[in-house]
Amino acid sequence: MRKSFVILLVAALAALAAGCGSDDTDDVGAEDTTAATETDTVSTATAQDTCAPESLNLVEPGQLTIGTDNPAFPPWFEGGTPEGSSWEINDPATGEGFESAVAYAVAEELGFTEDEVEWTVVPFNQSFRPGPKDFDFDINQISYTERRAQNITFSDSYYDVNQAVVALNSSPIANASSLAELQDAKLGAPVGTTSYDYIVENVQPSQDPSVYDTLNDGVSALAAGQIDGLVVDLPTAFFITAVQVEDGKIVGQFPSVGEQEYFAMAFELDNPLVECVNEALAALKEDGTLDAIQQEWLSDKASAPVLE
Amino acid sequence: MSALAVDALRKSFGKLEVLRGIDLEVAEHEVVCLIGASGSGKSTFLRCVNLLEPIDEGRIVVAGEEITARGIDVNRVRRRIGIVFQAFNLFPHMSVLRNVTLAPRRALGLSRAEAEERAVELLERFGLADKRDEYPDRLSGGQQQRVAIVRALAMRPDLMLLDEVTSALDPELVAEVLNVIRELAEAGMTMVIATHEMAFARDIADRVCFLDEGVILEQGPPEQMFTAPLEPRTQQFLQRITEAGRL
Amino acid sequence: MTEPTPLGSRRSRILGGPRSEGARSALIAAVSTIVFFGLAVLLVTNAPGWPEVKRSFFSAEQFRDSFPDIVEAFGLNIRLFLVAEVFILAFALLLAVMRSVPGAVFFPLRLLATAYTDLFRSVPTVLVIYILGFGAPTLQLSGVPSSPFFWGVTALVLVYSAYVAEVYRAGIQSVHPSQEAAARSLGLSQPQALRFVILPQAVRRVVPPLLNDFIGLQKDTALVALIGPVEAFRQSQIEVAGSFNYTPYLATALLFILLTIPMARFTDWLIARNRRRELAAGGR
Repeated sequence: MRKSFVILLVAALAALAAGCGSDDTDDVGAEDTTAATETDTVSTATAQDTCAPESLNLVEPGQLTIGTDNPAFPPWFEGGTPEGSSWEINDPATGEGFESAVAYAVAEELGFTEDEVEWTVVPFNQSFRPGPKDFDFDINQISYTERRAQNITFSDSYYDVNQAVVALNSSPIANASSLAELQDAKLGAPVGTTSYDYIVENVQPSQDPSVYDTLNDGVSALAAGQIDGLVVDLPTAFFITAVQVEDGKIVGQFPSVGEQEYFAMAFELDNPLVECVNEALAALKEDGTLDAIQQEWLSDKASAPVLE
Repeated sequence: MSALAVDALRKSFGKLEVLRGIDLEVAEHEVVCLIGASGSGKSTFLRCVNLLEPIDEGRIVVAGEEITARGIDVNRVRRRIGIVFQAFNLFPHMSVLRNVTLAPRRALGLSRAEAEERAVELLERFGLADKRDEYPDRLSGGQQQRVAIVRALAMRPDLMLLDEVTSALDPELVAEVLNVIRELAEAGMTMVIATHEMAFARDIADRVCFLDEGVILEQGPPEQMFTAPLEPRTQQFLQRITEAGRL
Repeated sequence: MTEPTPLGSRRSRILGGPRSEGARSALIAAVSTIVFFGLAVLLVTNAPGWPEVKRSFFSAEQFRDSFPDIVEAFGLNIRLFLVAEVFILAFALLLAVMRSVPGAVFFPLRLLATAYTDLFRSVPTVLVIYILGFGAPTLQLSGVPSSPFFWGVTALVLVYSAYVAEVYRAGIQSVHPSQEAAARSLGLSQPQALRFVILPQAVRRVVPPLLNDFIGLQKDTALVALIGPVEAFRQSQIEVAGSFNYTPYLATALLFILLTIPMARFTDWLIARNRRRELAAGGR
């Protein structure tokens, strides 16, 4: 009994000695979660040539690696999936669909050919978490929020978006025309989305919303009648009612509260590439390309009554 | 009419034939002791009488009723026959009182008050009244076995079967149990007792049966059996017992 | 004449013998514990990555912010497992009895019970929750609610009953046949023997594994989040999704730990108590 006690004591003292030798980096004050583990490189975009493909700091040199989630939903991605593709519903490489088209247009502006664009799967919730990324940018209906901007860098807007609510024709809120009529509804949204935030911050129904891991789960719940309405961005709402839930309808869209909600590409925090992409976007807006793309893929998916 | 009549009883376990034709008649109020080596079939025999083991051949008649006939209500038969085992087998999750009143209430349909009255009377008679609310794990072996006997008596059986009931007890506890059995015998209970306690058997038995290799080799009054057995194997057995100091 | 000591009074070694020996052991145990854990804490907090880990997983501010909502959501977990457990205990007992009923005429019952326990121990719980949570309501069975709470509880009950039935069955089989023999020899019928003698003992014996399954059930209530309800895990996930600080996950873990540990100790106490009684009552 005595011997083992002494051994323990000696071991304790030894560990103490070892511990005191190492660096004492006890961080007392930093409780706030600004994920500032990257080195701070403020790059001021100088001449145009810093945006040439050769001089860009890419994940994979000579290639523009773009991330998006799988499945890639219409109308953001179209064109189906070719034989043997691991993508579901649509393969982004077809260049069809709003976001695919925008991505290829930006790539072209930057000087990449179509073959030099590679797509990689990034689950939605992973795209705006802190830490290094294995893509150059991610385009996946990611809305700008201040909180997300603490972990990643956003490009400028490529699409202004409103949230909308989808319901079964048999739902109690199917014919709602105002926010007030949604007060007692059981709404749902995928976790970590601005759709969910909108419900909680702006609709504020009396029942807590249901939350799902993925959009598809939310759609399943809607189809099963477990929620009265599913909140998603308006163009996605069109896809859902056209294809996934045929017995459903878009009840209406929500007005933006405060700043207009918009989609932007996501970059690793402080990635200087964002400057070049913003320039590209500016150019596309100016020469009307962005408008044309929007017309082609979203023109019939932009109107729904506004619920206020 | 005899209390128990067993006719050509045979019983095998798989290939092993344990009982090879037992004939036994027990009169009312008679106390019969079964003696014999381990494995001779004493326990099996008692379990067959109580229908705990199905028999292969033969008949068992209790108080004129053939209990081995087809369509017999086994539970009803068992209510009339009390059996006490070597391992007490008290119900550990019940108090002594509940152990004793369970069957009278559930199998005989007595009310709780009636069953408890009967139970308390029996417990008092055998010196266990103060243990009525104890659980079996708080009792000594001798006390537990006495409770087991009381539990069987509470059903007011016509016949009591006792299967080596003192064999698992420490020597100093054996006497209290034997006293209970003696009292039952004096009160006129018909009993078949399998036992190793030769002195006791000699004392209370009306008849002693020597069971050997599945048959009753010899039977007779205790004085005759213990002092002048006829069969050589009986003699051998008793000799071994004597040498072991148990007679 | 000395009254022989019943087995039940044998004391465990931890309690020790005479008083002085016990106190000394306790002192040594206390000092040894302090030294050991002090050591562990020192080693961890002096490791190189500690500030990062502390900020990401042990942020006091994040904990304070998220904890009230998580506790509130935890109420749903509690409701889920309390309701489910009641039905599980009953249904599983039925299954176990069905499986144990002897006699050729009852073969279909035994077969059904066996098939059931095989099926629901094979399929992952998460699958059952999805199938019932999203699939069943689309059948629109009349009179059956479609709420995720209902289907979540149902899924948990169906799955856990299969496991718990096997626990009961083990308990029934562990009751020595001499108990049944004693009960039957008193003239009790088979159902009576089962009800008054075997099952009470069987259930008491398997309280520890039953509690174990109950503890597992408490965790699996988090799976119900998949079909919509915001319980503690989902609530913490919502909190984490915004900031990517993982402290809310630890807050949820803490709640589950606080729930489980008293139950574990209670289980230990029950084991000790039952063992005492079983060992003494008639050898088996």
